[in-house]
Amino acid sequence: MLELATVSLLNGIVYGLLLFMLTSGLTLIFSMMGVLNFAHASVFMVGAYLSYQFARWVGFWPALVIAPLACGLIGAAIERYGLRHVHKSGHVAEILFTFGLAYLIEELVTMIWGRNAVANSVPAVIDFPLFSLFGSSFPAYKGLMMAISIAMFVFLYVALKRTRIGLVIQAALTHPQMVGALGHDVPGIFVLVFAVGSALAGLAGVIGGFMLLTQPTLANAIGPIVFVVVVIGGLGSLGGALIASMLIGILQTFAVAIDYSLLDALRAAGIAVTRASPLYDFYSIKVATAAPIVPYVLLVLMLIVRPRGLMGKRDV
Amino acid sequence: MKSVAAAPEMTSAEPTPSWMTRSRTWVGAAAILLVLPHIPGLNADFGRSLLSQMGIAAVFALSFNLLLGQTGLLSFGHAVYFGLGGYATVHLMRAINHGLPVPVPLAPLAGAATGLLFGVLFGSVTTRRAGTIFALITLGIGELVYATTFMLPSYFGGEEGITASRTRGPALLGFDLGPQLQVYYVVALWAIIAAALMYAFTRTPVGRMCNAVRDNPERVEFVGYNTQRVRFVAFSAAGLFAGLAGGLHAINYEIVAADSVSALRSGTVLLMTYIGGVGRFIGPVIGAAVLTWLQASLSGYTSAWLFYLGLFFMAIIVFAPAGLAGLILMHRPIIRMPAFWRVLRAYAIAFAPALVMTIGAIVIIEMSYRLSTQPELGTRMRLFWTDIDAATPWPWLAAVVMIVSGFVVFRKTWPIVAQAWQQATTEASVAAGAR
Amino acid sequence: MHSIFRYVPVVVALLIAAPAAADVKIAFIDPLSGGAATTGILAQKTHQFYIDAINAAGGINGEKIELISFDNKVNPQESLIQLKKALDEGARYVVQGNGSSIAHAITDAVLKYNERNPGKEVVFLNYAAVDPALTNEKCNFWHFRFDADADMKMAAMTDVIAKDSKVKKVYLINQDYSFGKAVAVAATKMLAEKRPDIKIVGDELHPLQKVQDFSPYVAKIKASGADTVITGNWSNDMVLLVKAGKDAGLKVKWETFYGGSPGTVTAIGEAGVDTLKQVTEWHKNATPDLDPTVAAFMKRYPGKENEYAYYRAKAMWDMFAAAAKKAGSNDPVKVAKALEGMKMPTPVGEVEMRADNHQLLQPLYVSTLSKNTKYDVEDSGLGWKSDAKVDAKATALPTTCKMQRPT
Repeated sequence: MLELATVSLLNGIVYGLLLFMLTSGLTLIFSMMGVLNFAHASVFMVGAYLSYQFARWVGFWPALVIAPLACGLIGAAIERYGLRHVHKSGHVAEILFTFGLAYLIEELVTMIWGRNAVANSVPAVIDFPLFSLFGSSFPAYKGLMMAISIAMFVFLYVALKRTRIGLVIQAALTHPQMVGALGHDVPGIFVLVFAVGSALAGLAGVIGGFMLLTQPTLANAIGPIVFVVVVIGGLGSLGGALIASMLIGILQTFAVAIDYSLLDALRAAGIAVTRASPLYDFYSIKVATAAPIVPYVLLVLMLIVRPRGLMGKRDV
Repeated sequence: MKSVAAAPEMTSAEPTPSWMTRSRTWVGAAAILLVLPHIPGLNADFGRSLLSQMGIAAVFALSFNLLLGQTGLLSFGHAVYFGLGGYATVHLMRAINHGLPVPVPLAPLAGAATGLLFGVLFGSVTTRRAGTIFALITLGIGELVYATTFMLPSYFGGEEGITASRTRGPALLGFDLGPQLQVYYVVALWAIIAAALMYAFTRTPVGRMCNAVRDNPERVEFVGYNTQRVRFVAFSAAGLFAGLAGGLHAINYEIVAADSVSALRSGTVLLMTYIGGVGRFIGPVIGAAVLTWLQASLSGYTSAWLFYLGLFFMAIIVFAPAGLAGLILMHRPIIRMPAFWRVLRAYAIAFAPALVMTIGAIVIIEMSYRLSTQPELGTRMRLFWTDIDAATPWPWLAAVVMIVSGFVVFRKTWPIVAQAWQQATTEASVAAGAR
Repeated sequence: MHSIFRYVPVVVALLIAAPAAADVKIAFIDPLSGGAATTGILAQKTHQFYIDAINAAGGINGEKIELISFDNKVNPQESLIQLKKALDEGARYVVQGNGSSIAHAITDAVLKYNERNPGKEVVFLNYAAVDPALTNEKCNFWHFRFDADADMKMAAMTDVIAKDSKVKKVYLINQDYSFGKAVAVAATKMLAEKRPDIKIVGDELHPLQKVQDFSPYVAKIKASGADTVITGNWSNDMVLLVKAGKDAGLKVKWETFYGGSPGTVTAIGEAGVDTLKQVTEWHKNATPDLDPTVAAFMKRYPGKENEYAYYRAKAMWDMFAAAAKKAGSNDPVKVAKALEGMKMPTPVGEVEMRADNHQLLQPLYVSTLSKNTKYDVEDSGLGWKSDAKVDAKATALPTTCKMQRPT
């Protein structure tokens, strides 16, 4: 039991940190511009594909740098040449724009790399067991991913709290007019934020592509969950995003490991439930089966009870 | 959150036609629906099937527009009500198959009731907020319901879904719903009833308040109305009609599975509605018909059709936020003006380079798709009555030349179109002044 | 107004250009995108390959066969939408295989369609959906299955397990739908009969083609102390499962139906030697020399993503062509009647289409991934080696099928 719990915790942390890499970029964009960027997970997917492609051309380590940079450029272009023009039509138009973009990117990726998963295998340099825990080995690439994710958190934290540009961004979050009046280039800041957010998504894609499957449906598979994390964590709060990512990651991983259902609980309490009982179906749902809905229940509850999220400073 | 209305032209801007004109329009629409499946080209299974799908999609899109166009609410989970309505209907159909004496054509009412029930239930939660947060909650509820369908297999049927037969039941007036034509008429009848009811809804005081909530919620609150209540009423009504559409879907396909409540279906109805035009009542119907037709015909010709759809959608968002309906109805004031012919001529001039540009783009897209998704078919293909080989650089080069030159010339034609428009609108306003 | 409406029929007719009249249209409805696409696309190529061969030999009764493909995304509702489209376009034969959930939907829809459209009957050729119910309680005259069902395969698998005294603890992991459940039920029942001493330490059902990372499941398998895993997983669910197992250093025997699913051998690599087993109607080393059609397929579709896997498709199309010839007609009802009870010699032995439930009886092989085989798979240097062969007759199981035949 201890063995399963430890390994599950480790798996949960790995998944949580992957979610954090995705969320950090989205939460930056969301909090700055109020835009629900549906294309964020798509940029993540593009990151995975680009790293696969660059790794074949120039090797893994250069790809680790080039792919996120390329994603940053893509993000900047999306903001500068797309979103900015839609901005005047209101938030709905902005959301629809990113929604359409997500659609388009999925097809674009299909057009370039095909409908099937590409063989985005872990490069040999990081394909070895890092350590062994209760006889289960822990692959090195997951270790690298954890390291990058934590480094990302530290970098963002320092950049936002300790640098001048970070302070301007923080100020633009709460008082955009004032920041503009002080002579700061607010549209320029938006481009920068979008670029950085997208680059972070790209970086997550490089590593996430090894853990998940690099195929055109990747963005759809992970997209909704990222929104959940952003909302639960709270707007503009990096710490909140980290906590929420870990929470969701660990919750989901652990739920898979639990085979008990309400039925077991009822029987343990001495209440006889048979197949003929009303709601038998409901009682017999295993926790493992119910795992996928947990994040969404949390999301809906959070939006009703505390719309600013765990550590957010203002409402969505 | 401030007003998030998307389209510049709003339903409230549409003048209320006289009672006579209105009833003439509806009778005309009903007559068209009556004869459509007998028109050559549509009078076989394929055409009738297509028309049935269009009818279902139209009801669904109209219900979606009660939210987006009428009330300014962007939902990413509207399929929830469609799907749950579908499940209720298919279960009722199963009961009918086992002897419940209800005619199958009335079964979609169960869908409508279920749609309403869940509209009320989830609406009480989601409509507490508008704008982005509303979009997020609907997204969350959509995923929640989708995941739940796999948890309760006895009701939702798990991966297999629930099937039923539409023919095993009491025949109503001799109709047993075997042939597609009969299914079409059931769909058409419900569609026109639903459309009329939804139109009537937009004309009620509540419907008008929805527009006000969309345009200026602060003022509505000021006047003493409860915006949340107005949103709630619109949401429940949208749920009802979405459920009805789901019920019709259940009759047409005789299966309902988790796909019915999926985010993909919610996204499709959003595309249909927006492409058709959220600002006009007829918009979603146009969008539903066009997209259903594109899906049925284009998907057979090209595997890239979703890409074209995505491009089309983006173009509408950026260049024509009023949608296809807006584009068409934009011409109404000038259609009787002498300068209308100049406008048409200007269109024709602009059309030529635009066509060259489009063909160039299509060639590149088709070649790319062939190479990446169907490499086993080889690099030789036939496009626009020409044999080309995607392995050689020439078709690529030619396509790029076409795109660039087409674009350059196309830009030069803009002033011609603009000038013609200017003249026509001036004439129109002069004529209006004279009247 | 009249002037405009006069053109409506013409325009409509132009817009909906009727597809050109082809000979015999066969609709192929399978996943061509998403998680199960690798399997679907491989099957598509295999069917096309054998159809081309029939056409090159003059077609059936002088008519050419045209295979039209429809992507169903392993989704039953989408499958029926596509089926409707196929029927509207004039297809009278339907080919499907990936996903018993789909096969159930299609067989049900075909039955209803045939009831309502006498004279336009449709026949369903199932090449891979192996839920036993399809040829038992849910059987009908229009459905023919060319793959051994889950019970037949499980019988062969458990026969081999029964002889292996090292197997003590078995973990069942399957996809959460009719087929996956059928595998779990059959494994539990047959192991209890043949080896009551074996303990089943886990019985897991996971979502179909949706799991991205199997690490949590592997952790559970590991914690259970299982020495053998029985799974009916296919396509991505198979590949990702063994990949996660390899990543975590899981040491178990994989008793599978689809260990030959595209990409699986590549994913498990050397770790699969002597541990990865499969139950199939054929593998490359089943006969001393490669079947000439397999060699021709490999020449036409090179590359490891095109690793040949659907040998039963050969039997299916050979029998289809023979049935059409015997019937002297391409009418589905006549072809179906000719298929019933048909026997055909093949390089692996005689195969027979059972008349009572339309289940093909064909030899089954239990094989293990090994080094130094004559033919390897996916350019891995590893190939399948037979552990046991069950003759066609011996695979037959009792059926509960009661079908109504057209008069």
